Amino acid sequence: MTRHLLSCEDLTAEDAILILDTAKRLGELSTGPMRKLPTLRGRTVVNLFFEDSTRTRISFEAAAKRLSADVINFAAKGSSVEKGESLKDTAMTLEAMGADAVVIRHPASGAPYRLANAGWIGGSVINAGDGTHAHPTQALLDAYTMRDHLRGGTGDLQGLRVCIVGDILHSRVARSNVSLLTTLGADVTLVAPPTLLPIGVEEWPAKISYSLDDHLPETDALMMLRVQNERMNSAYFPSAREYSRRYGLTASRMSRMPEHSIVLHPGPINRGMEIASEVADSPRAVIIEQVRNGVITRMAVLYLLLGGSESGLGDLVDEEATA
Amino acid sequence: MNLPAHRVVLDASDISRSVTRIAHEILEDSKGANDVVILGIPNRGVHLAHRIGGLIETFEGREIPVGSLDVTMFRDDLRRGKLRSLEPTNIPACGIEDRLVVLVDDVLYSGRTVRAALDALGEFGRPRAVRLAVLVDRGHRELPIRADFVGKNLPTSRSETIRVRLREVDDTDEVVLEATS
Repeated sequence: MTRHLLSCEDLTAEDAILILDTAKRLGELSTGPMRKLPTLRGRTVVNLFFEDSTRTRISFEAAAKRLSADVINFAAKGSSVEKGESLKDTAMTLEAMGADAVVIRHPASGAPYRLANAGWIGGSVINAGDGTHAHPTQALLDAYTMRDHLRGGTGDLQGLRVCIVGDILHSRVARSNVSLLTTLGADVTLVAPPTLLPIGVEEWPAKISYSLDDHLPETDALMMLRVQNERMNSAYFPSAREYSRRYGLTASRMSRMPEHSIVLHPGPINRGMEIASEVADSPRAVIIEQVRNGVITRMAVLYLLLGGSESGLGDLVDEEATA
Repeated sequence: MNLPAHRVVLDASDISRSVTRIAHEILEDSKGANDVVILGIPNRGVHLAHRIGGLIETFEGREIPVGSLDVTMFRDDLRRGKLRSLEPTNIPACGIEDRLVVLVDDVLYSGRTVRAALDALGEFGRPRAVRLAVLVDRGHRELPIRADFVGKNLPTSRSETIRVRLREVDDTDEVVLEATS
């Protein structure tokens, strides 16, 4: 029984597939003029964001609201945190307000783990990105998108060839994806200049490469990571132009990928930097679908953690339906 | 030792006759099933829905839209029990707007599943009317809900369990009453 979702390392293949299957079912329920599902009526979900992230926050907010949960947005900026409140006191305040789940984004790796295990709160903790550590719901929505396009929307990702390209060093998205995708049976290759690979990366369950061109013809899913502006002048690579020339996805590079292949990006994208405009707008780029899948995947996580009398992750008992 | 008593209350031919009769009744009630959409409630209701739809197709010689409707997210007893996994929802392309929707389930008991199904239907449109077909009605309703087409009325005690087995999932067609003492 896992009450929290802290990192993809905690998920078995069974758990991960259950989340993806649940998301698929929720997608089926959301085809028409989407209204709220009453499932989490009376439950409170707090979005506790110590880092700005409009996209992730509104995705979690949309997911919780579609399940009829009450949503409290707590942004650290302009709040008691700026007045020096500690994570512990913030947590205990939220607990007193009756939060059933806390969705936390924090610049420090491990903050969600601390929040979940320090005994400050009784609800579920969902990691929405901590430092350079993990971003499990992003990995889940990426896996969902790949499975939907390349595996008919069912089962695992056995044998799927995935390339993750860009700033692996600072990327919690890459870490969570390597973990989840390999749990689901995919073969992952990390492509980056040596300066953007973390120390110890050879221990990860992934292949390493410095050349994007070598891998294009053997890639089913290509995930481009954003080059964060703040890194551009930090000597990780000689110039933005040089990075773009060697690691940017251009139309001519995309044309060397298999017909069926797809291009993913966690967003926001830098057009002309890691991904050319014409690639981002091509039908093979599934970036907008990732956003839609993000909402149903997060709905699935909220449902599995909060929907029953206890969490459905780790130990699901599918009762015979009693009419 | 006190073993639970099993009693087969419907065998394969009973089930077959019941399903055939329900198909005829739906046809009669809807005066030709022109705007009928049949939606089964997972799991076994879906298989029954396909059987009924298939029979009406044979009688009438045209296609009858059949689908499935998972009602889990609309239940009012979710928090009382262990988490339920979600089952497929598949609404036929014609939709349900202004259609005559026939909901199909295997057992009608408290009526709470049907209430949830009525709420779930609202996600997809506003049917002209909704009917309910069940293989077994075992009584003990907790809500003012009744079935329009019933395979068999089976008075039971709350301590008993009804198991519906269908060949699509269980390799056999039978309804068994288990008296757990």
